[in-house]
Amino acid sequence: MQIRNWIILCIVAWGLAGCGGARPAQAGGAAEKSAAIINKGSDTMVNLALAWAEKYQSLHPEQPISVTGGGSGTGITALANGAVDIANASRAIKPEEIQAMRANGIDPVEFVVARDAIAIIIHPDNPVERLTLQQISAIYSGQINNWSEVGGEDRPIVRLSRETNSGTHVYFLEEVLRLGQKDNKTLFSPDTLLLPSSEGITAEVRDNPNAIGYDGLGYVTPEVKVVAVAAHPGAEYYYPSVETVNNHTYPIARDLYMYTAGEPQGAVKAYLEWILSSEAQAIVVELGFVPIVGY
Amino acid sequence: MTRSWNDWKEILITTIIRASGYSAILFVALIFIFLLREGLPALAEVSPAELLSKRWYPIEAYFGLLPLLGGTLIVTLGAALIATPIGVGTAIYIAEIAPRWARELLKPFIEVMAGIPSVVLGFIGVLALAPLLRRLLDLPTGLTALTGSLLLAAISLPTIVSVAEDALDAVPRAYRDAALALGATQWQTIWRVTLPAARSGVLTAVMLGLGRAIGETMTVMMVTGNAPVTPTGLGALFSPVRTMTATIAAEMGEVATGSTHYHVLFFIGIVLFLISLAVNLAASSVVFRSRKRAERILS
Repeated sequence: MQIRNWIILCIVAWGLAGCGGARPAQAGGAAEKSAAIINKGSDTMVNLALAWAEKYQSLHPEQPISVTGGGSGTGITALANGAVDIANASRAIKPEEIQAMRANGIDPVEFVVARDAIAIIIHPDNPVERLTLQQISAIYSGQINNWSEVGGEDRPIVRLSRETNSGTHVYFLEEVLRLGQKDNKTLFSPDTLLLPSSEGITAEVRDNPNAIGYDGLGYVTPEVKVVAVAAHPGAEYYYPSVETVNNHTYPIARDLYMYTAGEPQGAVKAYLEWILSSEAQAIVVELGFVPIVGY
Repeated sequence: MTRSWNDWKEILITTIIRASGYSAILFVALIFIFLLREGLPALAEVSPAELLSKRWYPIEAYFGLLPLLGGTLIVTLGAALIATPIGVGTAIYIAEIAPRWARELLKPFIEVMAGIPSVVLGFIGVLALAPLLRRLLDLPTGLTALTGSLLLAAISLPTIVSVAEDALDAVPRAYRDAALALGATQWQTIWRVTLPAARSGVLTAVMLGLGRAIGETMTVMMVTGNAPVTPTGLGALFSPVRTMTATIAAEMGEVATGSTHYHVLFFIGIVLFLISLAVNLAASSVVFRSRKRAERILS
């Protein structure tokens, strides 16, 4: 009898606590919680930023983080308008953007949070070891159509690329095909195969000795051969690795940035410090980017 | 009292059944209206000359649809050339020649074939068929229109076989008996009597299979290489192509709603819709004409 009463009492108490407790917890939470960290910008980085936010929220459930894409420029503009706490950018901020921000009384602070490198991959039996950026550009634009023109066997070149909606495709177009020149309007040769996934490119390169492909360094598997790349004819050739990417010798790589308005404070500061930790940088590796610290 | 309750039930059930009957028209109309609303602005934003050009590179505003149209046509044509003889042949074997046990064995296998998800076929295509074709035919790459055609043929075969087999089955026994009694061999009976009698059904079977092939997306996206090259002849079967369905599937996910690219993708949807409408109309007009002819002969 007594035990049953106790059980009922417990249930009632638990129910009351549940009902009554819910609202104060929310109200108290709002006071205790800092407002959501708003994070916007680069589409290339959006998956990385989302993965970081998810992991961070599982460690710190009291800290909401909202992540949206839209492009590097969009993120920086939003930071200038004070609409976001952190802007993601896959390129460095431009001088005119800094000026516009200073006009608003905001001083942007830059953090390099990860690096992005593209490896050029070929079939393991292909004797070609190295290519210059100019040669890669000529291959993908359709000027070079046979491996013998770049020191290989007499075989046709089959060009593989990611689909046009991939951030890697756009980066490759701008930095390799157009050699980073703004007024260069070179296009991919129309017979370039556009494959919907990294796996599709790897599968074809692994099987086909005619193929050349590119992919984020983190997606490269041991079954394909990576080519050493030189920035221009006569320059030294480098293989992509965490080291050559971090010391800027490998030419097809870029830094990925986060910008804050002034020195970050409180929750934003804690979040950025966590992003630079080896725990967060492990996520960078999972998503096919290059970490800024060794892993 | 009871009777009026039953009457009400009757009315209710008939209404529901009638509504579900007409709902097909409603759905098709709604889909078409939606396509028109989202796709027609493309005509205002992109000039017709540009839509008919040969370069498809939407992120730099090149919206030439010719390579995509050609890609879909050549892959589908290839599939039809492969699937029609095999499909009709299988149907003839099952309906006319096979002993009872073989028929009982073959039919469930064909039904299972219809149930294979297209993405699985695509996977087999990438890992097995494409490398095989590249080595066998000494092609630069195995990701070609032909690879897509072969897999699409596999996808449309079950439809062709089961519909054609039904049509052959429906030919009256007396036709065959008469032909055999006149001294025709089994092959002569099939080729000269049974198949012509079932012609409209067999044609419908091929058209339905074709319709299935035109709309297929996943498999072709995985195995045709998706290079937007305008095919110029049957030789294009051996090089990569980009179909309309693969283009929509690959690009719709990332496109900004309301942009020119978005409208053009819906415009491609309209073109696809019109093509399959034309195929269906062609099929039903053939059926209609041959039925009239049959009625004339019988009267």
